[in-house]
Amino acid sequence: MSQLKTLAPYEFKSRDAVENYKGKQLLYINWERHRMFSRPFVLALPPETLFSVIVDQYMTDCFSYHPDWKQIDWNTVVWQNGNTPFTPDRNKSLAENGIGHKDLIRFRTPGLDGIAGTGY
Amino acid sequence: MDMKVAKKLGLKERYSLMTRDLAWDTTYQPMDKVFPQTTYEGIKIHDWDKWEDPFRLTMDAYWKYQAEKERKLYAILDGFNQNNGHLSVTDARYINVLKLFLGSTPPLELMAARGFSMMGRQMNGAGPRVACQMQAVDEYRHFQTQIHSISNYNKYYNGMDEFAHQQSRMWYLSDGKSFFDDAITAGPFEFMVAIGFAFEYVLTNILFVPFISGAAYNGDMAAMTVGFSAQSDEARHMTLGLECIKFMLEQDPDNLPIVQRWIDKWTWRGTRKLASVGMMMDYMLPKRIMSFKEAWEMYVEENGGALFKDLARYGITIPKCFGQTIEEKEHVTHQSWIGFYMKPQATPFHTWIPTPDEMDWLSEKYPNTFDKYYRPVLEFFDAQEKAGNRFDNKTAPMNCQVCVSTMKFNEPGDPMEMCFRESIYQGEKFHTCSDHCKEIFDNEPEKYVQTFISSHQVLQGNCEPDGTDVNAADFKPGQNMLDYWKLDKRALGDFNGSEDQKNFAAWREQATKN
Repeated sequence: MSQLKTLAPYEFKSRDAVENYKGKQLLYINWERHRMFSRPFVLALPPETLFSVIVDQYMTDCFSYHPDWKQIDWNTVVWQNGNTPFTPDRNKSLAENGIGHKDLIRFRTPGLDGIAGTGY
Repeated sequence: MDMKVAKKLGLKERYSLMTRDLAWDTTYQPMDKVFPQTTYEGIKIHDWDKWEDPFRLTMDAYWKYQAEKERKLYAILDGFNQNNGHLSVTDARYINVLKLFLGSTPPLELMAARGFSMMGRQMNGAGPRVACQMQAVDEYRHFQTQIHSISNYNKYYNGMDEFAHQQSRMWYLSDGKSFFDDAITAGPFEFMVAIGFAFEYVLTNILFVPFISGAAYNGDMAAMTVGFSAQSDEARHMTLGLECIKFMLEQDPDNLPIVQRWIDKWTWRGTRKLASVGMMMDYMLPKRIMSFKEAWEMYVEENGGALFKDLARYGITIPKCFGQTIEEKEHVTHQSWIGFYMKPQATPFHTWIPTPDEMDWLSEKYPNTFDKYYRPVLEFFDAQEKAGNRFDNKTAPMNCQVCVSTMKFNEPGDPMEMCFRESIYQGEKFHTCSDHCKEIFDNEPEKYVQTFISSHQVLQGNCEPDGTDVNAADFKPGQNMLDYWKLDKRALGDFNGSEDQKNFAAWREQATKN
């Protein structure tokens, strides 16, 4: 329950409400156990964007600096949306994959644990 | 005829005349309408006269002391500047500490001045009002003297001149801005716990002592003198914060749970804010004084722990986050430096990979974590840089909705895993970096849904240089960030190869050879 106390009515909209993104939605991406990238990155994309674009374009652009990137066996990758496991369909859109505004996609690459197995 | 000579007033009487005697109870309007802020937070005060003024200082004495300190300070600053003191610092990497400090600290001193000016108006009691007004003047002085001491470096080195513009725009300054914005938009009692107690009492030593000692160790007389000049003020500020806590707790038992929640909240927010200070100590000072871990143990675990033991008689318990801060002290500075190192095109200061000697120092200071988690990736970066492939992560960050740090901290108990928490409020997801930030969000979601997260604002088209047409068909947000931030291109990139590095070497050569 909110503990907020104020002197006057206090109602403000969320600064990141989906309507502020003109038809796009926010998406965060994190490669687990590859903390070299410090933190997840954020994108604003239309919900019709194909999941393959996320992998082939945005993830590749960022993550291919890591020597593990080339080693990934995509058949073994474990995906999560937030804390919920899911199996994305490359050829379907974000919306069709059940990915909504401000969702965090986390992916694990079993056997690949970063530089010298440090998680970085 | 005998002259009647008025007796000279004692210090105590003078103090009383100059403070409490100047106050009065209003009659045209009821007192609670004149001072509405001191009741709405739920803190119950029955007798303002029970406030013990922690330092009995009258305005005239205050001016005299401060003026004396100013004279000494500016004499030293002038001497330092006239003798090209900037060339006597250990090496040019040190100047990046000043760039980071300039962007992150003086603007917050100014916010503290604003906050304490508001307290000076909002508090009912004359005792706290006078103390808060003096603290407001102190904070303003710190804001000015910090800038003055660094201004001389601005004549020679890149990346310092737009700190005021950058304060509310740069991604990495958002955590400090959010810290003060949160405090100043709370009520007066929460502000006092946030700034007067958690920041000034529990955490300020870890900001000032290492920075000021760091300046001394690295030959920066200017910054060192500013620090010493502020020190006696800080002692007063700590006393005021502690007095306010005790006053609230003594006035009514109902105040305890509220004060405890604020202590929990603000100790954590302050801890997050200080991650980048630790990084200065471990990575940026060419000559190190102590590790962040050692400083945390001395100033927070030992001194802070003793303080909370003392407050136990009022029913106060150690802040909930204490255990997590102890675990994190071995990690946060390394995680922060990696976070900055990978953004060479997005800060007005340089980053670099520590030398082999410096890595050995880190191994020695962090025997449980440095070699196991951090050394291999730093050595990888080093090899890549030497091969002409310096790391530059061009993506925009995900940030915590409360502390606005980038989401770079590990899951407690597992340094290889990232920590993510989320809350749903009115159908929207909000992400936080820790259990403690999540709890702060959940306690007051109405407040934190408004958080300004710069990477999100960029994507909304709100971070563009003047004159950009955000409605143009070909508009792509975030293409002109350097202009929006007013980032000097010479200040970007790795320290190796920077103009600062070359100039410093050339000028020092000139100073010592024919």
